[in-house]
Amino acid sequence: MTDAVGLPPPGIILVLGGLLLPLLRGLGPAVALLLPLLTLGFIWGIPDDLTVTMPFMGQYDLTVLAFNPPTKVFATIFAVMAFAGALFAHPITGLDSERGRRWRVELPAAFVYAGSAICVTFAGDILSLFIFWELMAIGSTTVIWSAGTKAAGRAGYRYALVHFVGGVLLMAGILAKVFALQGAGVADPLALHHFFFGAAGFEGLSFGAGDAAAWLILLGILVNAAAPPLGSWLADAYPEASESGTVFLSAFTTKTAVYVLMLLFAGTQLLIYVGLLMAVYGIVYAILENDMRRILAYSIVNQVGFMVCGIGIGTAMALNGAAAHAFAHIVYKALLLMSAGSVLYMTGKRKCTDLGGLYHSMPITMTCGIIGALAISSFPLTSGFVTKSMINQAAADEHIALAWFTLTAASAGVFLHAGIKFPWFVFFQKDSGLRPPDPPWNMRAAMIFFAAVCILLGVPGLYGPLYAILPFPAAAGETLYAPYTVPHVINQLQLLLFSGLAFFALLPVLKRTLTITLDADWFYRRLFPGVWQHLLRPVVLAFREFFDYLFGNIPQMVKDTVYSPPQEARMFKEWGLGGAMVVITGFLFVYLVLGYIAA
Amino acid sequence: MSLEDPRTIRKLWTVSLVVLALLVLADFWVMRDPHHHAHFGVDGTFGFYSWYGFGVCAVMVLVSKFVVGLILKRKDTFYDD
Repeated sequence: MTDAVGLPPPGIILVLGGLLLPLLRGLGPAVALLLPLLTLGFIWGIPDDLTVTMPFMGQYDLTVLAFNPPTKVFATIFAVMAFAGALFAHPITGLDSERGRRWRVELPAAFVYAGSAICVTFAGDILSLFIFWELMAIGSTTVIWSAGTKAAGRAGYRYALVHFVGGVLLMAGILAKVFALQGAGVADPLALHHFFFGAAGFEGLSFGAGDAAAWLILLGILVNAAAPPLGSWLADAYPEASESGTVFLSAFTTKTAVYVLMLLFAGTQLLIYVGLLMAVYGIVYAILENDMRRILAYSIVNQVGFMVCGIGIGTAMALNGAAAHAFAHIVYKALLLMSAGSVLYMTGKRKCTDLGGLYHSMPITMTCGIIGALAISSFPLTSGFVTKSMINQAAADEHIALAWFTLTAASAGVFLHAGIKFPWFVFFQKDSGLRPPDPPWNMRAAMIFFAAVCILLGVPGLYGPLYAILPFPAAAGETLYAPYTVPHVINQLQLLLFSGLAFFALLPVLKRTLTITLDADWFYRRLFPGVWQHLLRPVVLAFREFFDYLFGNIPQMVKDTVYSPPQEARMFKEWGLGGAMVVITGFLFVYLVLGYIAA
Repeated sequence: MSLEDPRTIRKLWTVSLVVLALLVLADFWVMRDPHHHAHFGVDGTFGFYSWYGFGVCAVMVLVSKFVVGLILKRKDTFYDD
């Protein structure tokens, strides 16, 4: 093991570089393309056995740079994604145009977000992992807000609150575990290997129903993995970001959660069922959806479901499959959202009911969108075919019938809800009469780049470099997995094309309507505020003088904060001292209650 | 030739149905391949992937539309105020 003191983890280049971008004025956009490449070079340039530690609070060390088994594959694709995203977001119209002004906020935020995601993959202890995990939440919330619309302001606010709660769950679990370790006299309670709760995977530890720390940590991570019912923030917030913001958002939060789950919970059987639920939930909600980017947002949950299920299965084949699929998924999902983002940018429209027939005038956007659609559906000769099938194979090898039949059904459903539905309703369907041209060169270049990656990764012989950086690489002379067999290719084509037949046979049922489908966010968008407004507030008002005496103006502020998420200007004001006091008071209260229960 | 032309659409349907029929028949060939394994019994039978792909998608569409949709669908202005 090589130790180096003072060398920062590779993601820091993006975090700090991103923050400096607005100061570079005209040079900023060019430097923005270089920073991710520099980060990528750094990731591949440092030796795999290097660890970097820094002292923390006197008696502990933080390990800010270490290679865990899945580090390389995740860090690599995060850096590549930051490059393609920066290319897509390039302020082609100049820094003083509307797009340019947005770029000055959105891109630094996206780089802080991407850079901290890379730092999470390099974290060698639980505290540095947590710090960068939270920094991601700040970066991504700012990406959503930078769209500048009222809807984005509110959605970003809800997004921040959900991730704040997820972060508190994670932190509570970490603290409980660290205190327990300290109590047992462990010298390095922050070391990551103490948190490997998975039954299989990288360490042979398991956790039981009574292990509160493990459950809190798992819940905190599942919030970020967007597992229902904790995941409605994803389809709520992502489609409200700008056309380039959504591309960044699709890549990092859920896949960092996949990385951390893989590290800490590999082989936890519960995750098989969580993953299957995600896979089916994503399809059902996407089938009913009308907003093109919300369809793709639900399909993120569906695809992450495959990965979470693979982590639950926990064999080397399953974990390799989950990691490889995360890699492929980031590329084709970003590609699909670039295609949708281009349509949004050129037409200003986002609903399937307003779109259709764009194949007439947007051939490059359509072709790239279809390549992304084929890759997400795991068609032979695309990236999905050589990655996702490893997870199905692992389910078959382990004879987990429920997992195999559900994943196979979900594979067919992917083609239906994303593979055909998105291109069909946007580019074909009916002629909407819209004739926008393809988007500017930088957006076309980003799409063509990722379309090429989707295809090249699927070509027999060319996926080798990806297989070589998976958590469990093949021993010398052995084959990790052989996707191209006659039965696999034919069976996959049968499954997908008959799914396509079902789509066109049931097209009248699938006709788009001007509707949304209620999700778990209804609880905090309608039920809780409603309970306050119609039940608690009248009571408070009835005892107004008494409460005024007792609490000063706190109820009014809670009402303002919770019930009517305010416009941006007011929002920042409210998070002053008063808001912080409410939050801290809330935590102290929960802490007290828990303390009493424990005693 | 335009994609909106009914004759084009009819041609596309014909070609597609022929391809689908050929794919089902390909199982005769697949089932003799040395890589052909059944892990759960039914998945090794003739035509499994074809009817399963069609069946589960039909079920998912109908359940989404007429069960989940019926209960949870709202106008898309539901959250606007």
